[in-house]
Amino acid sequence: MDIYKKSLTQLAALLNSKQISSKELTRYFLKRIAKYDSKLNSFISVDEDYANQQADNADKLISAGKNNFLTGIPIAHKDLFSTKDIFTTCGSKMLEKYLPPYDATVVKKLNDAGMISIGKTNMDEFAMGSSNESSYFGDVKNPWNLEKVPGGSSGGSASAVAARLSPVATGSDTGGSIRQPAAFCGLTGLKPTYGSVSRYGMIAYASSLDQGGPIGKSAEDCAVIFDEIKGFDKNDSTSNHQIDFKKTQLNLTKDDVNKITIGIPKEYFSQEMNEDISKIIFQAIEEFKNLGFNIKDITLPDHRYSIPAYYIIASAEASSNLSRYDGVKFGYRCQDPISLEDLYFRTRKEGFGTEVKKRIMIGTYALSSGYYDEYYMRALKIRRIIRDNFREAFKEVDFIFSPTSPTTAFNIGEKTSNALEMYLSDVYTTPVNLAGLPAISIPVGFNNQLPVGMQIIGDYFSESNILNIANYFQKETDWHNYIPEEFNHE
Amino acid sequence: MSDWESVIGLEIHVQLMTKSKIFSSSSTAYGAVPNEQASYIDLGMPGTLPVLNEEVIKKAIEFGLAINGQISKKSIFARKNYFYPDLPKNYQISQLDLPIVEGGYIKIQNDQNIAKRINILRAHLEEDAGKSIHSKKDNCTFIDLNRAGTPLLEVVSEPDLRSANEAVEYMKKIHEIATFLKISDGNMQEGSFRCDANVSVKKYNDKELGTRTELKNINSFKFVEKAINFEIQRQIDLIEDGGRVIQETRLYDENKNITKSMRSKEEANDYRYFPDPDLLPIEINEKFIKEIKDGMPMLPDEKRVSYQEDHALTNEQINILLNNSDLSQFVDEVIKKSKIEPKKLMNYFISSIYLKMNKENLLIQDMTITPEDFCKIINAVEDKKISKGNIKQIVDILLTTKGSTEKIIKKFAKAQDDDLENIDSLIDKVISDNPKQVDDYKKGKTKILGFFVGQVLKIAKDSDPGLIKEKIIKILNKV
Repeated sequence: MDIYKKSLTQLAALLNSKQISSKELTRYFLKRIAKYDSKLNSFISVDEDYANQQADNADKLISAGKNNFLTGIPIAHKDLFSTKDIFTTCGSKMLEKYLPPYDATVVKKLNDAGMISIGKTNMDEFAMGSSNESSYFGDVKNPWNLEKVPGGSSGGSASAVAARLSPVATGSDTGGSIRQPAAFCGLTGLKPTYGSVSRYGMIAYASSLDQGGPIGKSAEDCAVIFDEIKGFDKNDSTSNHQIDFKKTQLNLTKDDVNKITIGIPKEYFSQEMNEDISKIIFQAIEEFKNLGFNIKDITLPDHRYSIPAYYIIASAEASSNLSRYDGVKFGYRCQDPISLEDLYFRTRKEGFGTEVKKRIMIGTYALSSGYYDEYYMRALKIRRIIRDNFREAFKEVDFIFSPTSPTTAFNIGEKTSNALEMYLSDVYTTPVNLAGLPAISIPVGFNNQLPVGMQIIGDYFSESNILNIANYFQKETDWHNYIPEEFNHE
Repeated sequence: MSDWESVIGLEIHVQLMTKSKIFSSSSTAYGAVPNEQASYIDLGMPGTLPVLNEEVIKKAIEFGLAINGQISKKSIFARKNYFYPDLPKNYQISQLDLPIVEGGYIKIQNDQNIAKRINILRAHLEEDAGKSIHSKKDNCTFIDLNRAGTPLLEVVSEPDLRSANEAVEYMKKIHEIATFLKISDGNMQEGSFRCDANVSVKKYNDKELGTRTELKNINSFKFVEKAINFEIQRQIDLIEDGGRVIQETRLYDENKNITKSMRSKEEANDYRYFPDPDLLPIEINEKFIKEIKDGMPMLPDEKRVSYQEDHALTNEQINILLNNSDLSQFVDEVIKKSKIEPKKLMNYFISSIYLKMNKENLLIQDMTITPEDFCKIINAVEDKKISKGNIKQIVDILLTTKGSTEKIIKKFAKAQDDDLENIDSLIDKVISDNPKQVDDYKKGKTKILGFFVGQVLKIAKDSDPGLIKEKIIKILNKV
């Protein structure tokens, strides 16, 4: 039946018509994980007992006719979403044995919808990274080429869905951590507007930028999950309570399309851009044009400053957010500390990896007295300017297209020694986080057998529109249907 | 010595009287089992987020209005970063730029008993830390996080205070405002009201301020006075001996009555303040401020004037009422409903209800008596239906039984009537038993009246001496 190829809607139909039980479906994917994940390392933990128990409950609900649309369908969670009594490591030694006492709001909502938590996916340590190489639990491989990185920081989620080890997964995006791995793995990944999805229980990296969202096989699958997790949460003051979050209707018509204008920022297609990728993106833009969309050149003049601003702001917030890991209350504690200072120093020295320490130091420096104005304040100013750039652009166009990443998936180890080059792989994604806008990455072609992703940026809280045009494109094309050969069988 | 002037500014930490903490729903009640009142948020568990308790904002605005301060239309929370085991997140959510209250002042009586204006720089909100309990016996430190996240309002004065005594006066004034408006319970033993004092000295003629030291965490009026006085003298002695004051944090040792160095400026933390991204700016509109203003009782200073001028209460009486707005409200009701002169009425109140409350550590809410009840009782005294001594007895009865006040008063009035009949015959007997003294009285020796009253009181112990005296005069005049 090739269940691994099915969309969420198709799986829901199979469950609803009782052609398959949730238990069977869950076992099916657990088996795929057991069979394939040793090649990928996309999961940090898989709690089979818990998954089976959830599946039993789901089957009861289904047979009683009390099920929701998603009841019984498995999902994988990035290992920074707190899951009650299930290890949540954040990819760090610091939290290797940490059992959260509560569920993150995103997890709770998906549990309440009846979904099965099939496992916790690998990630860059504390979501800091663009290649999943900073995880304490080892590198994750890209299913399209096991020599390549899957992207980061939601590399495990992307790898798992790309290899069809889970029908869909959650991720989080601070500077591109959903979109870039989705692009590297040939998937669709939605980074919602800041404030659309509750951050409660999602272990913080940079609070003013972090946003949870889905990584799936298609825009349609992402829409289904986004609908379930979005909305105001009283536990998160920064979640938006003014927006009336309606169910996403994927019903864009030809008439609608003719009225939509897409902006192409000239700064995003500079000479630094890989020519092959540039060609593929322009082919996709041409495709959109043929479908009836209007295309317009625009400018985002100050976007070249977004990488430094992003690394200052994110690191500053991280340096404070990660202070709580001190060996006193939870998480890793060094052996036999001889004093309070010793406890602090050794716990943090031994518990954190290099990338995390680097960013804590950058952030601490940027906030220290004497440097605050020069770094942090200036970064905030740039952030406002970038927001204004977008605001101006959205007066002229409805969406902005760009590559998701300047390259396709690179080799494992290729950029670990060159931090700057690694950071530059977020050049198209970080401005979106700084502005707090929603954006999606969709697959639009291949370069050397590696997927190329295109980013669609929309105005605030326009997820529904973004999902609609992505879906419209996917109905007419099949880039999103390709599955890496090695995993394209039962 | 006298050419030295001391310059003092206080930072007072006022614990706000809210049921739950500033960013979580945990209780703020004092004295619970350690760590029983610490939620995941208070513990800083990964992924948790603070959610502001709106009650805290209301209290801060009330305080701001009471000190003639400016309520910020937009106010933001910032993180103050430093590592300490009883600070679970290793940052404290506080305010730096845009505090909720800016500016303001109160008036105190200075050392020369002249009204002096003390300016207040700001009042900002923050969360309290937990407590570290160092145990020598167990050779370890215990952490109690019940207090972590308790709402504090830090009130920062300008360096306008010129003596320890002024500092105490100022602190008492802030305490009075905070407790009278129920912004804080003001309990200093439990740490709900404590202060840091910045102290420096200079010559009177000097324009520039001297180097200051900061005295940390003083939790009584008496210690504030002693600590500051010690510190002033220490600094003067130091300078006069050719030394210089270094900027540092010092701790007051109550037992030895000295201050000692805690850490110097060089060792001070760089707190790396930055706006807390987990909390939105607090936006306060005029309407909200007005609603709070309209709901506020009269301020203690205005109330004092009203008690003095409208009701002619004594200072002692006023102080009792200004210490507790519930008492003040109760007495105000009684004054409104009764025709009795307020000063007298207040005496009745102090000798009965207030005494009982203090003796048994009760609140006025615990006393089941209403202002109406109390009016009825004291009116009965004024009408001489019952004796003054009966007030206390009736108050006691009302505390334990649910009887109607009228009935209880009637019972006492009847007993008094019966007593009075007895007293009449007793007086007759005393007079007929002592013809010599009656004679003396007739001759104008009015002092002898005391003798008769004494004789009657020997037997009728609980009777009202004034009443007996009156009766004796009447009867003697008839003899």
